[in-house]
Amino acid sequence: MSSVTVAMQSLSVVVEIGGLPIRLHCDNPDFVRQIQERYAGFLSSSSDARFDFEIELAPPGTESRDEDVRVTWESGRWLMERGDFRAEWNPSTARGRIQQTINPYSLDSVLRIVHTLLLAREGGFLLHASSAIRNRRAFLFSGVSGAGKTTMARLAPPDAALLTDEISYVTRQKDRYFAVGTPFYGELARPGENLQAPIEALYLLAKGPANKIEPIAGADAVRGLLGNILFFARDNEFVKLAFDSAFDFVSRVPVRRLTFVPDSSVWELIV
Amino acid sequence: MNNHVYVSRSKAIAARALGEETMVMSAADSTLFTLNEMASLIWEAADGATPLEEIVTKRICAQFEIAPEVAMKDAEKLVEDLAGHGILLLSGQPLAASRGETAGSSRETS
Repeated sequence: MSSVTVAMQSLSVVVEIGGLPIRLHCDNPDFVRQIQERYAGFLSSSSDARFDFEIELAPPGTESRDEDVRVTWESGRWLMERGDFRAEWNPSTARGRIQQTINPYSLDSVLRIVHTLLLAREGGFLLHASSAIRNRRAFLFSGVSGAGKTTMARLAPPDAALLTDEISYVTRQKDRYFAVGTPFYGELARPGENLQAPIEALYLLAKGPANKIEPIAGADAVRGLLGNILFFARDNEFVKLAFDSAFDFVSRVPVRRLTFVPDSSVWELIV
Repeated sequence: MNNHVYVSRSKAIAARALGEETMVMSAADSTLFTLNEMASLIWEAADGATPLEEIVTKRICAQFEIAPEVAMKDAEKLVEDLAGHGILLLSGQPLAASRGETAGSSRETS
């Protein structure tokens, strides 16, 4: 009996991001190993999981090229769909199911969506931004693709702990906002460190001939932030939650424009 | 468009005034709109019961030095544009209440 238990446990992995442990179970040990490698640094003990997902692997080649993500609320559960995966999640039972082929990218997308939904309720959000901790304070560098998120991450000095080069995880704890490390990465192809720190500033990135920081306030700050928040669920309630969170964030965290030359000198301004 | 147009804010939006501007986000596609001072006045007055012409006369022309015909033309263009994005509702009849909210029960995540 104990050997069966051990075998069952080996097919489950708990991935904990932002203090939210999610247990992933799959009958394919090769894929479980892939998950363990992909989320190394963000693994937790099985007994801690708040949510459970069963992963069902479809045969290779069964995915479609549809890149549009659809997230809808239907009959008491969230449905998440893209060409390469189909997932559902029932918040009441804390259980869900993911159908995908054997690749880490589909699961990564589902986890991002689930965390977006969870964070929205708690005043947080995922942001297109790289982020790093320096001197116990977190700095976010946000912008569209090509704005310099990964560049800022690459240029970070040794004393900066990189949280992500692609998707920043922002939580609201009491009256403060924190940036949390995630395994979600972009071009850097390196997970962030599993750390968190209060956010000192959000920088909206622009490349230019010289390094320069300018304050951004009011509507411009909100616009800059909202333009980079990840919205998956086309849902009134969740859009409103994210919208309100953006206003609250801007009222508590300085937003600045960082125009920078892509070399390490830019980090002299980030202290 | 004739002058007997009633305008009402959709419920499938999130909106907040910031200074003299109003920021509106569509829940359907997360598109963000920023309304200037004049557009904000129309937005605020879009209760579904007040004709657009009355809004323009009482809220716009009373506050800005602008010819009524010009103000009305601008207002018509604005409301048609916003209606095209689904964040404002237009009708030839008074609208009892704002519509556009997605049917369904409340969501939960944990």
